[in-house]
Amino acid sequence: MEKRRNGKAYALMRLKKSRQLYLLMLPSIIILVLFTYVPMYGIMIAFEDFSPAKGILGSPWAGLKYFKQYFASYKFWPTIRNTIVISVYSIAVTFPLPIALALMCNQMRARRFKKFFQVSTYLPHFISTVVMCGMIILFTSPSSGVIAKLLSFVGITFPNVMGSASAFPTVFVLSEAWQHVGWDSILYIAALSAIDPALYEAATMDGASKWQKMLHIDIPLLMPTASIMFILRMGSVMSVGFEKVYLLQNQLNMASSEIISTYVYKMGLISSQYSLSSAINLFNTLINLVLLLSVNYITSKLQGTSLI
Amino acid sequence: MSTGIKHRAGKIKKSREDRIFDFCIYTIAGLLTLIALYPIYFVVIASFSDPKAVSAGDVVLFVSGFSLKGYKHLLQYAELWRGYLNTILYALVGTLICLVVNIPAGYALSRKDLYGRKWFVIFYMIPMFFSGGLIPTYINIQKLGLYDTFWVMVLPFSVITYYIIVARTFFTTGLPEDLWEAAQIDGASTLRYFFSVVLPLSKAILAVIALWSAVGQWNSYFNAMIYLRNSNLQPLQLVLRNILINNQTASSMMTGTAASEARELSDLIKYGAIVISSAPIMCMYPFVQKYFNQGVMVGSLKG
Repeated sequence: MEKRRNGKAYALMRLKKSRQLYLLMLPSIIILVLFTYVPMYGIMIAFEDFSPAKGILGSPWAGLKYFKQYFASYKFWPTIRNTIVISVYSIAVTFPLPIALALMCNQMRARRFKKFFQVSTYLPHFISTVVMCGMIILFTSPSSGVIAKLLSFVGITFPNVMGSASAFPTVFVLSEAWQHVGWDSILYIAALSAIDPALYEAATMDGASKWQKMLHIDIPLLMPTASIMFILRMGSVMSVGFEKVYLLQNQLNMASSEIISTYVYKMGLISSQYSLSSAINLFNTLINLVLLLSVNYITSKLQGTSLI
Repeated sequence: MSTGIKHRAGKIKKSREDRIFDFCIYTIAGLLTLIALYPIYFVVIASFSDPKAVSAGDVVLFVSGFSLKGYKHLLQYAELWRGYLNTILYALVGTLICLVVNIPAGYALSRKDLYGRKWFVIFYMIPMFFSGGLIPTYINIQKLGLYDTFWVMVLPFSVITYYIIVARTFFTTGLPEDLWEAAQIDGASTLRYFFSVVLPLSKAILAVIALWSAVGQWNSYFNAMIYLRNSNLQPLQLVLRNILINNQTASSMMTGTAASEARELSDLIKYGAIVISSAPIMCMYPFVQKYFNQGVMVGSLKG
């Protein structure tokens, strides 16, 4: 009894001592509660026959009706398949390239050139999604685009990639690579610069060539960082960003460009099917959550520390 | 001095194998630099060229038939400038709010004596993994009366957990703990210490987060597309979407001019619009890139 009261008093004291810290957190807490936590109860919409007139609490219960409707709809497999195809393809291309770039960058001794190389490969990262998509559409135009023109000099006819469903993932992934590979290499460049120079000196003494040093020092020492990054990427395999895919979509490539997030947007805010849209969104969020938690579990087993 | 000597010694010892290796590295790096820069360069030269020359493929390395036609049209495009102004306002106010909201939270979480720290960390982390989703958030914004207002662009989504983590990492690793102890002995309160000691020492992290936030505001269009209807509130990126993706200029010019000419001119306008809208960020970037890099490094330390 005595002890407990002391514990309470102690807690009260610490609470009092932290009050100015709580004050510092207050603005962010208010905003998060108001705009992120409050909408969470709106998840109920996914289980209701929601109508805006009746409100979230007044709408009749529908159970799993809308989940079943999505699973049975002809859009179910295409949206899931397209999401996974674009995502896995992106990872396959944009995961290894930044590592290769960082390894290369690490070998350069010409200071000025190295700096110039880094600044120019980071630059495309700052182009906005809208401008990026505008550039893709302008450049890939088969009649007036610069790619078609450059290829025509060597006698190749450039196909209409924006009008073809089968080319869509490639267009998406290659433009993604152009824009972000340089930027994504920063992390690996930092990891490489942390390697002990004594290792290289020892290798030089043993007569190792640059290539051998890269193969036997740089790559093995990058592996821990790379594997964590890889696992993290796999955790978001079912979430492809909405912004770029939506802007690149057109009637001709829809068969491979309709992903879960664009479908959620169209069902919800364009067709006003609030409940169906919320159900699909919740389904996707839950899959992402499960993926992330399993990924976190794996990394914590590997690293001994949890990422979350 | 000594590094110079070392360098020269290294050069003498270079084997044939290493020379080939270096040659390959520099060749590939040169090619990659070209690939990274050429599309940007092309947009710039195309925007200053004659529309006919661009569509005929004469513009490859240099401006062909210098013309400011595209820019002239853009000057009269009132919506674009309205959008420009709006985006500047959103970026300024949004960045300010972002700093006010995220930096103090990052600091509070970095303090080990914060009572209930673990719970607060969880509170900030949850939104990274779970949210109400598009429709509930949309309905909530409408209910709170923020739909189609200036504030919806700068306030509701200003708390960004990643920024808080980066700030917290900066404060835990960058501020010596003795400093707080010394300040306490001098009788400073937490607030006093935060404002007169922590903030002046944290210009680097303030710069990093301000830059991230400003670039984010400049480049995003999603929230504006969902929550804004009023055309007077539209940010630059939505106006650009109309020009670049929805071909608004082409269809408005179709009357009177031949179809091919209208398309050529509309392409020219697009190149010009890209240049005008991206110039501020692109020109600023080389000077502030070290801040961005620093931010990525701090962020990569485990938060």
